[in-house]
Amino acid sequence: MSKGNNNANAATSTKKHGQMYDVWRHLKRNKGAMLGLAIVVLLILMVTFAGVLYDYEEVVIKQDIANRLQSPSGAHPFGTDEMGRDIMARIFHGARMSLGISVVAVCFSLVVGGILGASAGFFGGKVDMIIMRCMDILLAIPNILLAITIVAALGASNFNLIIALTISSVPGFSRIVRGAVLTVRDSEYIEAARAIGAKNGRIILSHVIPNCMGPILVQTTLNVGGTILSTAGLSFLGLGVQAPRPEWGAMLSGGRTYIRDYSYITMFPGCMIMITILSLNLLGDGLRDALDPRLK
Amino acid sequence: MWKFILKRLVMMIPVLIGVTLLVYMILHFAPGDPAKVILGEQATPEQIEELREQLGLNDPVLVQYANYIINLVQGDMGMSYKTKGPVSDEVFNRFPNTMKLTACAMLLAVAAAVPLGVVAAVRQNTLFDSVSMIVALVGVSMPIFWLGLLLILFFSLRLGWFPSSGSEGWKSIVLPAVALGFNHMASIARTTRSSMLETIRADYIRTVRAKGVAYSKAITKHALKNALIPTITVIGLQIGFMLGGSVLTETVFAWPGVGRLMVDSINGRDIPMVMGCMILVCATFSFVNLIVDLLYAAVDPRIKSQYKSGGKSK
Repeated sequence: MSKGNNNANAATSTKKHGQMYDVWRHLKRNKGAMLGLAIVVLLILMVTFAGVLYDYEEVVIKQDIANRLQSPSGAHPFGTDEMGRDIMARIFHGARMSLGISVVAVCFSLVVGGILGASAGFFGGKVDMIIMRCMDILLAIPNILLAITIVAALGASNFNLIIALTISSVPGFSRIVRGAVLTVRDSEYIEAARAIGAKNGRIILSHVIPNCMGPILVQTTLNVGGTILSTAGLSFLGLGVQAPRPEWGAMLSGGRTYIRDYSYITMFPGCMIMITILSLNLLGDGLRDALDPRLK
Repeated sequence: MWKFILKRLVMMIPVLIGVTLLVYMILHFAPGDPAKVILGEQATPEQIEELREQLGLNDPVLVQYANYIINLVQGDMGMSYKTKGPVSDEVFNRFPNTMKLTACAMLLAVAAAVPLGVVAAVRQNTLFDSVSMIVALVGVSMPIFWLGLLLILFFSLRLGWFPSSGSEGWKSIVLPAVALGFNHMASIARTTRSSMLETIRADYIRTVRAKGVAYSKAITKHALKNALIPTITVIGLQIGFMLGGSVLTETVFAWPGVGRLMVDSINGRDIPMVMGCMILVCATFSFVNLIVDLLYAAVDPRIKSQYKSGGKSK
């Protein structure tokens, strides 16, 4: 009896607060996911206040050869690099670069991949065949190699880096969205929307996409992590963000020469990349669990 | 089964044509005139024009692509702008090194990940499970190039156990293989654990246990074989990622493979060499995917019977 009451209460609560509240309730129980979320919030704060804490021109970019290769101290908590720039300041501003580029690239690929995947799944037939065969071609090229090729052709710049990362992430999103759309395409509420005369575009945007948000949200969270890694990897190879702009991968690459005696130059940016990816993975895994009805 | 292999091989052809077309088109728009790059800054406009005509660079791009494919089928990948020698010679010289590195990294990853995943699942919610999954999570989150630098710092510069670069002797492959394999080990361990958890709760394992079979035997003889099917999928996918990751690993450890050749060629704007490297890596990636598909059928009788009965392949 009491179990029945609990179920009834849970159902009422879900009805009252919506699906997102239900997901949040499950997410809150997952300690790993909450740790990930806390780190992500801290990173967002870091990105927001980097400009307030450290002047970009004076502290982040300007060389100060007299202060080069200083070990971590009170004045420079993470030490200084080979050009005498404060590593902590560069890490804060580097977060803007690494996260900014990755988030923009993921948003673009979400839109492009989402439209392609939704069209393929919703219309099926030839549209599906053409779109998915094109995606197969993109998937036959390892992600980072595709990004490297595009940057090699277009030249190294932030904008070209975003284009390269967007194109290499599109197939992943289109596949996820297509799969999700296929599961809801034949639902009764879609049929009902069609019956009252709703056009395809409206059905996709107002009914299909909102009901596929779960897997898309998980893929987006995990993809931001993967894209940060690719951004750092491309910058490490000299094909991403160009000096003297701060970016974690580029900072790691710059510190390589000094690794024997000044390992802290590579240690801090490396740790930041790892912590960021770790937190996004924890959050993504938590979201996946919270959104999976079998685990509830 | 043979029908399926043939079908998959035929399906590979349009994908490979699509890949070459895409890569060719992307690199075609790379800035700089190839004739100018080959002849250098001192060349006269007449010399440049003559070479352009000779290389077929004045033809429409699709004609150039068709010529490239015709030559490619005959084993000719063009001429390097930098070395002036055939691209295929250089690429195929380096390719065994990349494959050696990828194979060693994968062997290390599988040898560590499968036992780790299995034990973590069998001892779910114990300290071992938590520690191994934290290690796996850290492994997935660690950039390959940073791990490579850390390995060089500790095992090469501080302890002097292994060389930090080059490809002389077995010792030189240890650090690059660990750097490349660690990240993938983590993914394989996580998949093995979750698949094993699902399998050991299956009815047939309960039946085997009820019949009096020892727990260890039930795990190794009955559960493991079934749990490894998703692991094979992940291993196949990881080989593709490894081929991509080898670009970074080979750069960090100065390993003379295709990945490093590609980065050097990009920096030297040697487009035919970049194209050659890309095509070889993508063809290998597609071929590995085919082998993985065949392996599913070999290990999973349900998939095998689907092919035999002429059912859908996927």
